[in-house]
Amino acid sequence: MTVLAVADHRRGELRDVSYELLTAGRELADAAGTDLHAAVISGDVDSLADSLNREGVDQVHAVPNGEEFNHDVYVQAIEALAADIDPEVLVLPNSVNGLDYAPAVASRLGYTYVSDAVDVDYDGGTLEVAREMYASKVETTVEADEGPFAVSVRGGEWPAAEGVGDADVSTFEVSIDEDAVRSTVRGFEEVGGGDVDISEANFLVSIGRGIEEEENLELIEALVEATGATLSSSRPIVDNGWLPKNRQVGQSGKQVTPDVYLAIGISGAVQHVAGMKGAETIIAVNTDPDAPIYDIADYGVVGDLFEVVPALIEAFGGEPPNV
Amino acid sequence: MKVLVTVKEVATVEEDFEISGTEIEDTYLDYDLNEWDDYAVEAGVQLSEAGDDVEVVAVTVGPERAEETIRMALAKGADRAVRVWDDDLADAGLLDVGSKAELLAAVVEAEDPDIVLSGVQASDDNFGATGVALAETVGFEWAAVVNALDTEKVLEEGVASVHRELEGGVEELTDVELPAVLTIQTGINEPRYASLRGIRQAQSKEIDVQTLADLGLDASVADSDLELTAMYEPESESDAQYLEGDASEQAAALADVLREKGVVGE
Repeated sequence: MTVLAVADHRRGELRDVSYELLTAGRELADAAGTDLHAAVISGDVDSLADSLNREGVDQVHAVPNGEEFNHDVYVQAIEALAADIDPEVLVLPNSVNGLDYAPAVASRLGYTYVSDAVDVDYDGGTLEVAREMYASKVETTVEADEGPFAVSVRGGEWPAAEGVGDADVSTFEVSIDEDAVRSTVRGFEEVGGGDVDISEANFLVSIGRGIEEEENLELIEALVEATGATLSSSRPIVDNGWLPKNRQVGQSGKQVTPDVYLAIGISGAVQHVAGMKGAETIIAVNTDPDAPIYDIADYGVVGDLFEVVPALIEAFGGEPPNV
Repeated sequence: MKVLVTVKEVATVEEDFEISGTEIEDTYLDYDLNEWDDYAVEAGVQLSEAGDDVEVVAVTVGPERAEETIRMALAKGADRAVRVWDDDLADAGLLDVGSKAELLAAVVEAEDPDIVLSGVQASDDNFGATGVALAETVGFEWAAVVNALDTEKVLEEGVASVHRELEGGVEELTDVELPAVLTIQTGINEPRYASLRGIRQAQSKEIDVQTLADLGLDASVADSDLELTAMYEPESESDAQYLEGDASEQAAALADVLREKGVVGE
């Protein structure tokens, strides 16, 4: 019995969640009294495998098949690894690529699957997972008592595993059935670009769903003008086509690190927070005092943006528009 | 060509609510079409508008109340609707991913679609797994977190040429062979509003209700390997300094903070 953690990487680099899932995996391995194995699949696996050799890892498997991520290759590789090392728990990233292969792996292997864990525990054959529901308004505990298990872990919830370990690093050869590879990755594309680089700004005024209507953007633009800020937003504003993609802050948008991040009408969904928690000072304006954005804010203004923002424009000598 | 769109009625929680046991009391819940599925419906309807002889079938697993949700899909242009329900499902707790995939797999087998469109995730239980697990169960190819789809290639070449939205402003360009399941990300299109005429027509359409037995399944499909054992409001970790007063006092205090931080001058 083992715990097997599978790393996430892109364009030659391990992603942060890879080191975090080693920590989660070590916790589970300790609870189960077993070894922690790590695997890296596709790409320059030898150098990536060395990077995965961190404290607490007993064995690293480098699976050299494939150049970049392809879910068909991942599913076959993990299936072969599982047959070889018999993991009681598979620890996978709840990243976009994790979403693309973890459910298929669990389904193929017949493992009980729990996604998007924010905490995990293993006790006498039962996997206990803390996760969120209803747009992060509630936290739940889910128990699964029929192993083996596959669990995907949310990025940013565990500290990264550190230190150089003394794992046994070896190559794991898989014979891939090419006929079963029916998806082809043709390449990558950077999106956004455009006129403004929000990741360079030192003062961002960022808006979310709370703005309600596209016409109300005028109010925020007046604030941006009065304060010399740069305008950014959360995902729904971009999905609605109200602002271009290059203004989007978050997991699927840009990572920003301004001196001040003024979040207006943004609830603070985890995907958004992932992009802006590096701001030096975070200020939140929201009508809902329980909005998760306040958990990371340095300053909170609980109020109606349609009252607070016009007053703020005036405080800087501007004239608020009628919206 | 046949397009199957999976839609889910999700519960949304009011600002203030109470939890009893492992449930939120129904009085604090509203029900709506899952946001991601709204984009999936639109993607399906766009396929049918671009091609001749494309049928769009919407399917949901849910109680009678969920007919309101699936009628929204009809009002927006889906041709037919299937609702799966049964007493055994009504009595089940938190369904695991395997159960959901098995239920929908039976519908896929009955309908034999060329392409299945499903939202990336549902906003209530947030598993983000059903579409990909369904693909694996029925032996279809798949792509997750799709934010662009080449309609013409689907119709003419039988290939789903997609963009997958990765983290950090990067998209992966991938081709998958049909039949396939695509999980649809928000922002892929602009979901239409249902027209009044569409809503009226949807009201009069029959919804095909299928039981587990109709689909060749037995009650064991509702046996979940998961149990919800606790539900609680997360403790606030806030150490924010709150700016008090009415809106103008709050704005004045906020202006002071911005000046102090040196990001705005006088």
